[in-house]
Amino acid sequence: MCGIYIHIPFCKRKCIYCDFYSVCGSDKLYSGFVSALNNSIKNRADKRIKADTVYFGGGTPTVLKSSQLTSILNAVKHSFDVSSNAEITVEANPCTVTRESLSELFNGGFNRISFGIQSAVDRELSALSRLHNYKQAEEAVLNAERAGFTNISADIMIGIIDQTRESLIDSIERITSLPVSHISAYLLKVEENTPLDEMIKRDRSKIARIADDDELAERYLLMNRLLKEKGFLQYEISNFAKPGFESRHNLKYWRCEEYLGFGPHAHSYFDSKRYFEDCGVTQFIDRNGEPKITYTDTDVDKAEEYIMLSLRLAEGLDTDRLARLDKEGRYSNIVSNAMEINRLSYEKLINISEDGKHISLSERGFLVSNAVISRLLN
Amino acid sequence: MKKEQIRNFCIIAHIDHGKSTLADRILELTSSVELRDMEEQLLDNMDIERERGITIKARAVRLNYKAKNGETYVFNLIDTPGHVDFNYEVSRSLAACEGAILVVDASQGIEAQTLANTYLAIEHDLEVLPVVNKIDLPSADPQNACEEIENVIGIPALDAPRISAKMGTNIEEVLERVITDIPAPKGDDNAPLKALIFDSYYDQYKGVIIFVRVKEGTLKVGETIKMLATGAQFQTVEIGYMGATSLVPSGELKSGEVGYIAASIKDIGDTRVGDTVTSVEHPCSEPLEGYKKVNPMVYSGIYPTDGAKYPDLRDALEKLRLNDASLSFEPETSIALGFGFRCGFLGLLHMEIIAERLEREYNLDLITTAPSVIYKVTMTNGDVLYIDNPTNYPNPALIASAEEPVVSANILAPSEFVGNIMELCQDRRGTFKDMKYLDETRVELHYELPLNEIVYDFFDALKSRTRGYASFDYEMKGYQVSKLVKLDILLNGEVVDALSFIVHTDKAYARGRRICEKLKETIPRQLFEVPIQAAIGGKIIARETVKAMRKDVLAKCYGGDITRKKKLLEKQKEGKKKMRQLGSVEVPQEAFMSVLKLDE
Repeated sequence: MCGIYIHIPFCKRKCIYCDFYSVCGSDKLYSGFVSALNNSIKNRADKRIKADTVYFGGGTPTVLKSSQLTSILNAVKHSFDVSSNAEITVEANPCTVTRESLSELFNGGFNRISFGIQSAVDRELSALSRLHNYKQAEEAVLNAERAGFTNISADIMIGIIDQTRESLIDSIERITSLPVSHISAYLLKVEENTPLDEMIKRDRSKIARIADDDELAERYLLMNRLLKEKGFLQYEISNFAKPGFESRHNLKYWRCEEYLGFGPHAHSYFDSKRYFEDCGVTQFIDRNGEPKITYTDTDVDKAEEYIMLSLRLAEGLDTDRLARLDKEGRYSNIVSNAMEINRLSYEKLINISEDGKHISLSERGFLVSNAVISRLLN
Repeated sequence: MKKEQIRNFCIIAHIDHGKSTLADRILELTSSVELRDMEEQLLDNMDIERERGITIKARAVRLNYKAKNGETYVFNLIDTPGHVDFNYEVSRSLAACEGAILVVDASQGIEAQTLANTYLAIEHDLEVLPVVNKIDLPSADPQNACEEIENVIGIPALDAPRISAKMGTNIEEVLERVITDIPAPKGDDNAPLKALIFDSYYDQYKGVIIFVRVKEGTLKVGETIKMLATGAQFQTVEIGYMGATSLVPSGELKSGEVGYIAASIKDIGDTRVGDTVTSVEHPCSEPLEGYKKVNPMVYSGIYPTDGAKYPDLRDALEKLRLNDASLSFEPETSIALGFGFRCGFLGLLHMEIIAERLEREYNLDLITTAPSVIYKVTMTNGDVLYIDNPTNYPNPALIASAEEPVVSANILAPSEFVGNIMELCQDRRGTFKDMKYLDETRVELHYELPLNEIVYDFFDALKSRTRGYASFDYEMKGYQVSKLVKLDILLNGEVVDALSFIVHTDKAYARGRRICEKLKETIPRQLFEVPIQAAIGGKIIARETVKAMRKDVLAKCYGGDITRKKKLLEKQKEGKKKMRQLGSVEVPQEAFMSVLKLDE
């Protein structure tokens, strides 16, 4: 089964910490974009490809009209064999949706919605330059529920300037009391060349207002505990869900399953190749959806990727599967639980199942996943 | 060319007092360099020299100057290194001259190095022509600088040319004074050949090029020459003089002239600075005075970060030695660092320069261990060992006595800092010798200091305690008996041999603690806790802990773009490359040098 990813590269305003590809658009640009996008999907049409997830990400997909998003979804359904119980997600910004637009989305076939709420504290939202306040976020979630959505996700961010333990607990309490079934929680990373990065470089005192690594680690563990109490179980480094509400689309990324991406800078993994649509919005429209692909990997090292990606999941790595992928035996030390694995396990950074066939990162291990994974890959 | 029209001279100056700028102006004024070839600080033609504003190797250039009296003179300007590490090279450059221009910064006055080199010039009977530079600076006090020269050095200076090399002011006056004040060379063109080697370098096509000053006789192309100290013989292929931008063949060099010899020489070790060149057919009976073989003062281990680059490092060192006979090295192995070389240097600056050139010119990533001096250890059975690597320091039970090298140090500074300087020297186990007031505001302090106390960070410490005003110079004095111990550093319970060093008993505890603290700052947090310990014998005297890392990047993965994830892991891998894996601990390269910068 394949996943379909649709990239909507527009935002009303770009958040200061964001370094993903998105632009501020206009109605004219939007309509040109939608027809180019629909073309690009139709160009790739292949009914032999079975898909069970469709994911509209961005940017902010909901800057487009619901009718536009629905028309894109229809193009997807016409071009691929999308199963009837497919998970169809749209990301949304609380202030770009209304009760009506949400109903339209639900009726148009979307059955999962993910809101970039980030925090329940307005001061923190404005520190992130988000356009919404918490009241709007709350309303958006309730409106989504009224519209019929039962699978609603919310983002929570740790490491916001001036965030405290108390304010984080407050955000978790308030957001989880909404009708949400999935939480994406991640730590703010100051990416180079973002406005936030420049702000901090200009004014070093801002750094001091972001909690240090030890404190952030504590907060992450605190959040894990709180979410668990509320019935949200961690299934991936930064994702938590009530049982049965795990994002099937996101799981594909970590389970090394295939997905096709459409739209500027959208990434695909198909037929053992990784590639992305290598053009900006204007060029994308000019080419009217004609693909312009750049390969990042034409012969994926499946064993390496499996280690790197599967360890992000709570279910972790299956040593039998690794052994099958790793024909040259480069990672036999992992398969055979050799010393390095034992040490990591002794330090409680990884868990090994009793039969020794499943290796996963512990809660503390998740926090240092890059270091652990790169250690295992070397 | 008549000898009366030749002037051989050098320029003595403290760093930044304007030696190279003055040299550039002189080159311009004698139109020796086309404007298009003119690059700032022409004589300093290594990148490092330009950047650091220092001269590492001596250079020489021949210039023609049409004087006010209508005659054209030949000037041989020999540039000298200013740093104490290269004292011997300085002395040989001076020996090639009849005079020296002493450049003093009108706002700073005389500095220790200038003083040392000026005394050296006077010792070699050079005529010293003082020049006061930087008169364009608002803080310039030329009158005071002149008085200081008279008081401190004792040479007349009130009529010293007052110039601004930067602005080109009064440069001609300097050139005229070179003619009137500095004597022409003497010598007999028909006497047996006696030429002094004052510099040499390796040219890919011509082999070693020797820079010489002919003292007696005539050097002719095709002649077979002999180096008196090394005994090596060569047939000269090319003889000439140093033009401003290239070598100019002239076929012969007569007494009093400065020039070069190319003789298809492969090994620079055959052409030692200070040696005498003579002719095999009519050899001179006595060599020129003052030749000595320079010995390294400081030793350090140099290792490639990537063990596979060991052969590359060996090639690079061999190539560098072609140009630098004072560099010595031999293979050594460290448990922590693998295969590398024990290298001997003239001093700390020399060491830094070599390390920098290896990294820059040969594109190597290196780990340099803390420098060590040579300890002289007398064993209970009467054997005497010279230890240049702390790892080889013998078991204390077998040592009858240990000695360490001491230097005689001269420090010049404004008098308000005397207290700070004395405190520093005391702390570095110095013995006070004497103190002299140069004038009301400046003093000269004379101390004896153990060399191992100054090879680390003495100069930096001195600068920071005197707001950068102090200058410092030293010369080797000899060995003195000392209470020494070997201090080991343990990471995660294991001794890291490359971090061991030898220290005076009284300072072992403080230094051990400080190094542990310093290592704690340099070693990044890792997945596991890392204990850092300092030990003497088996006894732990200090301990610090690098706490385990709690978190790394934990960002959202958008739209299946796992390339970002990969990049993060790549970055981690790159970072790892810059680290040295010691057991289970990753140690950054700087850690091995951190013991150097304890005074922070």
